[in-house]
Amino acid sequence: MIAGISIYEILTVTSILFFVGVYGFITRKNLISILISVELILNASAINFVVINKYLYPDMLEGVLFSIFIIAVAAAETALAVSIIINLYRQISSVEVKDVETMKY
Amino acid sequence: MERIIFYILALIMVVFAIASVTSRKMLRSVIYLLFVLCGIAGVYFMIDYNFLAAIQLTVYAGGIIVLIIFSVILVHHIEMELEIARISRQIITGLACIIGLSVFLTTIYSHEFRVVENSITTTTADIGTKLLSYDAGGFILPFEVISILLLAAMVGAIVIAKGKKLENKTDEL
Repeated sequence: MIAGISIYEILTVTSILFFVGVYGFITRKNLISILISVELILNASAINFVVINKYLYPDMLEGVLFSIFIIAVAAAETALAVSIIINLYRQISSVEVKDVETMKY
Repeated sequence: MERIIFYILALIMVVFAIASVTSRKMLRSVIYLLFVLCGIAGVYFMIDYNFLAAIQLTVYAGGIIVLIIFSVILVHHIEMELEIARISRQIITGLACIIGLSVFLTTIYSHEFRVVENSITTTTADIGTKLLSYDAGGFILPFEVISILLLAAMVGAIVIAKGKKLENKTDEL
C-alpha cells in the first residue's frame, strides 16, 4: 500500500475517472471517441479491483487476477471494435454515430 | 514523498482524462488517453504490483493506443475537427455525472473500510502459480477461457476487417 495515502483518496480518483468516461460516452458523437471513453471506464474499474485487493485483503490475489482478465477482455474488445469501425468506414465513409443506421450484414 | 508523487499522478490522470473527452482533435484525444494510461501504470507501481504495471504498459500503452491511432489515421483527415454536442446537452450530462459522482463519494466516505496495514510484495511467481493452479480457488478455467476468447477475437477481427474481399476470393476459387 502507498505510505500516507488512504483508500478513500484512491477511490475518489477512480470515481472521477469513471464519471469522466461516462461524460465522454454520452456527449461524444464519434465511434472512436466513444471507444476511448469506454477504455477510461474499464481502467477505472480495474484500478478499483487492485486497490481494494491491496488495502483490504493483502494476502489474496483475486483482485489482481480479475484486473488481468479485465485487461485481456478490453484488448479483445478494442481489436474487434477497431475492425468493425474500419469495415463501417469502408461501406458508408463515416464513423459518426448518426450515420450508422444499420449494422446488419 | 509518496504522497506528493501520488497527488501528481492523480492530477495528471484527472486533467488528461478531462482533456481526452473534451478535445476536438481526434489524435490529440488519443494521446491524452495515453497519458492517463501511463498514470494508471504509475499507480500500479506505487501499490507494488509490478507485474500488473508492466502488463498495463505493454497491453494498453503499447498495444491498444497503437491500434486506436492506426484506426484514427485510417478513417480521418488529420486536421478534421470533431463536431461537439449541443451546450445544453453538455450541461445536462455534466450535471448528471456530478450528481452520480457525489452519490459515489458519499457512499465511499460513509463506509468504514477495514484496512489491513501491510507491505507484502506480490511476486510474479505467485500470480503465475495462482493462475495455473487447479485446486479450490485456482484460476485455470478462466485462464483457458480467456485464451479461447482472445483467439476468437483475433480471428473475428481479421474476418470483419477484411470484409468483402475475402468472400470474393473464396467465390472465385
